[in-house]
Amino acid sequence: MAREIKADQITDSVKKLCIEANIYLEEPLKAAFHKFAGLEESGAGREVFHILEENAAIAEREKMPVCQDTGITIVFVKIGQDAHVIGGGIEDAINEGVRQGYKEGYLRKSVLSDPIERKNTNDNTPAVIYYEIVPGDALLIEVAPKGGGSENMSAIKMLKPSQGIEGVKEFVVDTVLKAGPNPCPPIIVGVGIGGTFEKAALLSKKAVLRPFGKSNPDEKKAALENELLVLINKTGIGPAGFGGRITAMQVNVETYPCHIASLPVAVNIQCHASRHKSVML
Amino acid sequence: MEEKIIHIKVPADRSVIEKLKAGDRVLISGSMLTGRDAAHKRLFELIQQGKPLPVEISGQFIYYVGPTPPKPGEIIGSAGPTTSGRMDAYAPALMEKGLLGMIGKGARDEKVKKAMMDFKAVYFAAIGGAGALISKRIVSSEVIAYEDLGPEAIRRIEVKDFPAVVINDIYGNDLYEQGRKLYAVK
Repeated sequence: MAREIKADQITDSVKKLCIEANIYLEEPLKAAFHKFAGLEESGAGREVFHILEENAAIAEREKMPVCQDTGITIVFVKIGQDAHVIGGGIEDAINEGVRQGYKEGYLRKSVLSDPIERKNTNDNTPAVIYYEIVPGDALLIEVAPKGGGSENMSAIKMLKPSQGIEGVKEFVVDTVLKAGPNPCPPIIVGVGIGGTFEKAALLSKKAVLRPFGKSNPDEKKAALENELLVLINKTGIGPAGFGGRITAMQVNVETYPCHIASLPVAVNIQCHASRHKSVML
Repeated sequence: MEEKIIHIKVPADRSVIEKLKAGDRVLISGSMLTGRDAAHKRLFELIQQGKPLPVEISGQFIYYVGPTPPKPGEIIGSAGPTTSGRMDAYAPALMEKGLLGMIGKGARDEKVKKAMMDFKAVYFAAIGGAGALISKRIVSSEVIAYEDLGPEAIRRIEVKDFPAVVINDIYGNDLYEQGRKLYAVK
């Protein structure tokens, strides 16, 4: 028997997630601002961490978005194969949630109907939605507002397998260096390795959305994450790009099997306002 | 650079600009303009056509921001800086018209840096992503041109102790380059 989930419930959940994700940062991320303020050597860099900590507190107190770029809305949906959505289409339900959330939450509408014509849709729809079918009868919705400044600094490259892990490291560090102060460092770096061209990009996005402070469960991948973090923090870009030791707070690596001829690598850059919230229906 | 904080009143005159050095921390108070991609494009096109601008640029500071909508009773929503590089194509023409200060985040291109030296204008960074904190330093906000652009409209804002850091001064110094070199590890 399929479990029924009402489309209205999905709309309501997405609305709430849009508003909350933009106002409330994850606790471990806020704790990291505090911790890094004590670790950063550069005075200007320390001041940036203090400001970010205070900014997060003001956002919560005033119920105001932490950042004015409340993003294009990315929605990851995991649908249990025994769940059945009733009372409307799931895509419409999600977009209606975005529409209501961005209006009622006084969030900025930053989505254009066409990349060439560039006309604002004025309700932040459509969202960018990814679906995954999973076992069970639940519906998991994760909402991640993504700012343009950091997204623009992301990059993908199809490496030659002979370039190996050294090639991967070089590309990741090079992407961060090219981004410099633009994507609002201290950043979180999502790295997708393997799969195909589009799979690597999606992996890098999923990597960015991992809860803050968690390493890849695989020991070798976790070691690579640490090594990349050290390399990135040698660039000297620092908080806000003012120069300093902490350019990235975390590097998350996700991998997938790939073709014998391929070594795709995607780097998704996430600003320090890493926003994502999920709910299980 | 973390020691001294310089208070700046805006609009300012060139003598204030001449004293600023890359790395200086400043608190800006007074009146300035806001504008981002679409507003810059329109201003630039008017300048190219030799037509008058809807706002006075000379002596002004412009803040690259597209705020969130204010809730009832709020002056302005979250209002952090946007990436300045997207304004690079238009900025030199505005400096030629007398623009003195630009506030945003992220690196400028060589043409903009040269124009800052030629026309004696300064580029400041506000802290990207600190939109809630910065909104509390904005004491009034009024749309004065291009209302149809929504969050991209040109506003006149009054600020009090708006925190920023000098990135590019009129002497060719660049904090982003200097800061990174200082902390880069080979």
